[in-house]
Amino acid sequence: MSAQAQIYQSGSMAESVRVNWSPYLVGVGIGVLSWVVFVVVANPIGMTTAMGQIAGGLAAPVIGAETVAENAYWKRNVMTLDYGTLFLVGTFLGALASALLSRTFRIETVPSVWRERFGGSVPKRMVVAFIGGALAMYGARMAGGCTSGNGISQGLQLAVVGWTFLAVMFASGLLTTFVLFRR
Amino acid sequence: MFPVTGTSALILAIVFGFAFGWLLQRGRVTDYNTIVNQFRLRDFTVLKVMLTAIVVGGIGVLALTQLGYAKFAVRDANMLGTIIGAAIFGIGMVLYGYCPGTGLAAIATGSVHALVGAMGMLAGAMLYAFSFEWVRDNILSVWKLGKVTLPGLMGAPPLAVYIGLAVFAIAFFYVIEKMRIEKRAN
Repeated sequence: MSAQAQIYQSGSMAESVRVNWSPYLVGVGIGVLSWVVFVVVANPIGMTTAMGQIAGGLAAPVIGAETVAENAYWKRNVMTLDYGTLFLVGTFLGALASALLSRTFRIETVPSVWRERFGGSVPKRMVVAFIGGALAMYGARMAGGCTSGNGISQGLQLAVVGWTFLAVMFASGLLTTFVLFRR
Repeated sequence: MFPVTGTSALILAIVFGFAFGWLLQRGRVTDYNTIVNQFRLRDFTVLKVMLTAIVVGGIGVLALTQLGYAKFAVRDANMLGTIIGAAIFGIGMVLYGYCPGTGLAAIATGSVHALVGAMGMLAGAMLYAFSFEWVRDNILSVWKLGKVTLPGLMGAPPLAVYIGLAVFAIAFFYVIEKMRIEKRAN
């Protein structure tokens, strides 16, 4: 979609500017937020460690608290209302507030780029989203972090783990996209 | 005074998380189309946000560590795990259309498929926990480099690498913006 089409879609140009911040401004914002978290809480931005903990908490009633407690991974990643978990709560609330205040909140089941290529089937989109989410989380846990924890937080420290993650993740994503979206 | 711990840190977690979620939404990276179009090389929003965050964040954090206000928190580079994990992650991110952070934020903007994908993320985390011992012994233990950084590997001062990265980022953004302007003119 061209930039012009996006402007038309979201109404007037003035409205589009107000609602969507420049990606550079958002990048600066995340960069400055990183300064703050490094100094104030010494806890770099990250997502999937806490999500792994939550998965353990949710698995407990199904497979038994004993099984979770004995699991080698969850032994080291116990679900608690800790900094990382509450950061997730904050992320959700921040996006919700931003969407509501900019009046861009809308229920979406099949996004337009998906629809153009794969059609409007809701179950099809949901199944692929589920599988994609599972793969993304499995990969992030194996790599030790996601786009935030590994890409941005380790990347900005020029850590080898962060830049390896970024390079391989983009290469893999480009290849996957090429396979899925070529005609 | 810093770092803050205890209950104050838990309150700050929500404040800082809120700022992060707000930024992701305003930057349009909570939109499936923005993320997939980055991988289709039709929209460079994701790379603009990430590279800017890395350059601005990195130079600031370097300065803060030099002044003694912050400490680097570099993680171990377990290269085989990072490479296989990132490869799986890239496939997952394109299928889902989000990464874990933007997916969580997208649920809050009304994306139902982001919510379904988040359930997939929880399932993926469970699968990882169940396979963790095998992964730890057979993958995470291979090609461990420790807490290495690019300046460390290159034997260069960190500031020089940051400056190089900043120059690359600015040149990259310049080319991207110029290409877009030409596309619009056509």
